[in-house]
Amino acid sequence: MVNALEATSPKVVEPTVFDLSSPGRVGVQMPAPDVPAMEAPPSHLLRSELPLPELAEADVVRHYTRLSSFNYSVDGGFYPLGSCTMKYNPKINEDVCRLPGFLFTHPLQPIETAQGNLALMYQLQEWLKEIAGFAGVTLQPAAGAQGEFTGILMMRAYHKSRGDDKRVKMLIPDAAHGTNPASVGMMGMTVVTIPSDSRGNVDLNALEAACDDTVVGMMLTNPNTLGMFDENVEKVISLVHGCGGLMYGDGANLNALLGIVRPGDVGFDVMHFNLHKTFAVPHGGGGPGSGPVGAAEHLLDFLPDPLVGIVEEGDDETPPLYGFITPAKTIGRMKTFHGHFGGGLVRAFAYIAMQGPDGLKDIAQYAVLNANYLQAKLRDTYKIPYDRICMHEFVAEGRFEGSDVRALDISKRLMDYNFHPPTNYFPLIVPEALMIEPTETENKDTLDAFADAMIKIAEEAKTAPEVVKSAPHTTRFGRMDEVKAARELVLCCWLPEGYDLS
Amino acid sequence: MNAPSTFKYAKSDEWFDPTTGKIGITDYAQNQLSDVVFVEILVEAGQEIAAGTPIASVESVKASSEIYAPAGGKIIAVNQDLMDKPETINADPFGAAWMIQLEGAAEGDVMDAAAYEKHCEERSH
Amino acid sequence: MTYIPISPHERDEMLATVGVQSLDELFDAIPAKQRFPKLNLPPAWTEMEALEELSNIANANENARGDLISFLGAGMYHHYIPSVVDHMLRRGEFYTAYTPYQPEISQGTLQAIFEYQSLMAALTGMDVSNASHYDGATAAAEAVTLAHVQFRGKRNRVVLSPAIHPQYRQVIRTYTQAMGVEIVGENDGLSDVRFSAEDLQALVSEETCLVIVQYPDFFGRVYDYKKFIDDAHAKGALVCVIANPTALALFKTPGEMGADIVVGDGQPLGIPMWFGGPSIGFFTTRKQYIHKMAGRLVGETVDNKGQRGYVLTLTAREQHIKRERATSNICTNQSLLALASAVYLSVLGKAGLKQVANLCYQKAHYAANELNKVKGYGVSRDVFFHEFVLECPQSASEINAHLLEHGILGGYDLGQDYPALKNHLLIAVTEMNSKEEIDALVSVLSEVKYG
Repeated sequence: MVNALEATSPKVVEPTVFDLSSPGRVGVQMPAPDVPAMEAPPSHLLRSELPLPELAEADVVRHYTRLSSFNYSVDGGFYPLGSCTMKYNPKINEDVCRLPGFLFTHPLQPIETAQGNLALMYQLQEWLKEIAGFAGVTLQPAAGAQGEFTGILMMRAYHKSRGDDKRVKMLIPDAAHGTNPASVGMMGMTVVTIPSDSRGNVDLNALEAACDDTVVGMMLTNPNTLGMFDENVEKVISLVHGCGGLMYGDGANLNALLGIVRPGDVGFDVMHFNLHKTFAVPHGGGGPGSGPVGAAEHLLDFLPDPLVGIVEEGDDETPPLYGFITPAKTIGRMKTFHGHFGGGLVRAFAYIAMQGPDGLKDIAQYAVLNANYLQAKLRDTYKIPYDRICMHEFVAEGRFEGSDVRALDISKRLMDYNFHPPTNYFPLIVPEALMIEPTETENKDTLDAFADAMIKIAEEAKTAPEVVKSAPHTTRFGRMDEVKAARELVLCCWLPEGYDLS
Repeated sequence: MNAPSTFKYAKSDEWFDPTTGKIGITDYAQNQLSDVVFVEILVEAGQEIAAGTPIASVESVKASSEIYAPAGGKIIAVNQDLMDKPETINADPFGAAWMIQLEGAAEGDVMDAAAYEKHCEERSH
Repeated sequence: MTYIPISPHERDEMLATVGVQSLDELFDAIPAKQRFPKLNLPPAWTEMEALEELSNIANANENARGDLISFLGAGMYHHYIPSVVDHMLRRGEFYTAYTPYQPEISQGTLQAIFEYQSLMAALTGMDVSNASHYDGATAAAEAVTLAHVQFRGKRNRVVLSPAIHPQYRQVIRTYTQAMGVEIVGENDGLSDVRFSAEDLQALVSEETCLVIVQYPDFFGRVYDYKKFIDDAHAKGALVCVIANPTALALFKTPGEMGADIVVGDGQPLGIPMWFGGPSIGFFTTRKQYIHKMAGRLVGETVDNKGQRGYVLTLTAREQHIKRERATSNICTNQSLLALASAVYLSVLGKAGLKQVANLCYQKAHYAANELNKVKGYGVSRDVFFHEFVLECPQSASEINAHLLEHGILGGYDLGQDYPALKNHLLIAVTEMNSKEEIDALVSVLSEVKYG
């Protein structure tokens, strides 16, 4: 029996910390108490066993260093993941966000002792207002999805404050990210999907038909997930405003617009920023992000509690006193404390400060140049269903006449050429979608090499489809059995005593 | 396509067996979903439902789907085994993977097997 | 042009390939009258200037390492972070990767999250953990969603203990304002520290989908909730316990007490205070609720070479597939901070985490004993972990102002949230507080009485 089990058990490339544990090993030692011994807590309140691993410090370092070597990262190579803006993360930001004055400040300490942090937050609010054309900004939301949730709560609160209670419909284009409808779903509103037209713009006829006095508003990602700036954006906004709705901007793709156009100027009422995309806060393997929200004048009162404001004006000699203020009709608090200060706000502040107004415009221009350059290089090989000047990203179809190679296979094969794949199967309106966003921090050599690899894979799809379909071949790990993972659901390596394995 | 000829079908890919009163999802639907990993039946025996009521939620490795009753009536049985073995939907969609059983059922907007097969073919192009 | 690696010559070549004359020409789709706004922002700093300026900003704060002796906790704690933690976090392979959608080239992140899930399940005494939420408060709000969905809207009331962190209660209210649930507890005569578990139980009914309590509670007290949870279960409600992870090294787990969901803030596990964030919210539950749990999940599997590997699993529950039918819109987790927690728990391990908890306990009790001896001050006799309520002879805000003059960051002023407690401070003591610091606190407070 034991042998049979061993024969079928998978090969372990790197043991877990529980596998590596050995009783009696210790890592970091804590000092002995410097106070007299106190009476122990009542024994009936104590836990009997603490089933944590026992490792030496070197074991831990080797383990996580080996794990890190299994990851593909922006520091290691080109990461053209559409709508994720995987740009280079400047190293100086890692240093400044770890300055002791930031690391060791408590969120509830008196404002007089945290004026550095508060001034930074105030300034960042001002900068984001200026960059996107809004009257107010909250830095509180933890991520883009929470920013959306914040924005929709504000839209809802705005309508309710006017006694306009019958608005329940949110208009969302078919190209939208899944978070948009999910955020709306959390609110008990209904989603009305608006199709895209043949140029990748919102279908104006469908929009017009959907606009009535039950519309909360519209959530528009612009440029959208096809990488297209909506050519009729002014008309779209006037239709939505015309029926009393509000315009929500999904700022996922703001990288294309820095210094190019301000969403607030075009008529968006509320928008979230993704500091981890646009402003180079590292993605961290999937978080933490940071999702501030900008609001137009008429929505200021509904912003989350609290905002950073000036609580005592300064003069020539003394700086103002920064503190917290509560908007009059606030939707409430989105999370504890003040947002992702250290990991998000400080890094984004440093990044914007080092760009200045001209640098920000350069970012958008080169992000758009790089995307258009790649699109031009791939146009003859891959079908580009919405083929016009794109913004910071574009979508190609990962399929070929007479071949059963799919977008997923192309993506896996790219790993063999040492590239991270583009976003797959999104947006949903393009079959076998490959959504490619190079960002401005890639040089021409990298873009050329990526285009060459894509073209080579297209050839392989015809001449050696099996090679593509069984890719990747050169990575340490191969394709994973996702059905097994979902059916067997082994979600932790440590099983509580008496855990029922069935 | 192997849709039993005695069953009735909804446009949204549920079947209804007028003989037994059982309801499930079609082979076409399970194929679209691929490997099913989770089924939750949202209604209980004893409950009266109308055609079009959401009766179950099905999740696969890559998709999720809400299942609507193609017929209304009184629920006399719920297939508890299916929730423990969701993969049955892939293995035997028209048989062991029934979801609920109705008594005194009134069909909703349904079609016969031939019309349903045509409906499936149209979508695969 | 900082960080843009394209020379003017290359730019021109690329523009020619695209078929446009200039960079500006790429933006013809933008409405002309709003195109190319002049941004009123200060000119760019160089890297040297940025370091200088940000150091000045950071130095304008008084921090708990160099400037102030801190006894402030209330949801965010000053703990020692072993050096190893940040060394691992600063590996670019971890922090510059995205969500592990491509498992072949993301096993580092995936296995680290799997280990985090395992460690959190072990620490809380529960079956499964998700890959994390934004913070403890949003995790608690997601617990409400789970319970509400579990009962399919048939039970619409949530009972919140008034001894839950006030900001957690605010966040739960924000999250649920459009969900159609009613929140009871905090405004039902249980508004201060003297309410009992029985008072709270009286609010649990057939309408209740979820009861939430905190452990140790906001006032630092440690209760055995076993009977309370049994009673709530008898009425059909689920129970969520908000727990402090350091305390769980010492005290009975919520799992052992019968909790259905355990959430909390993982900041004490190797994450700096950072003026409040980012932090991490942990979320563990029983296996029967896995499908209703929001957030990412990593599961074990094998690859096509027969090797053990990990993937994001049950993704069909999530927003990118379920869209408006998803129970939550969450897409990210706090991945890098899950790594921080995993490294912290691994390097401290069984012995180290117990040492940390014990140091907190011992020092906090020493502080409480000494303060209790000072005339005019009082500490309640409840069992507590590393935080306790100190009744003062004057208003807490006056006491804190006086402490600050002596370089001491006092406790949390409870009068802000509980009007009856305006003379009460919530004092937190961790392993970072030396006996000298505690003695200094006692001595400065002794002066206040007569000052």
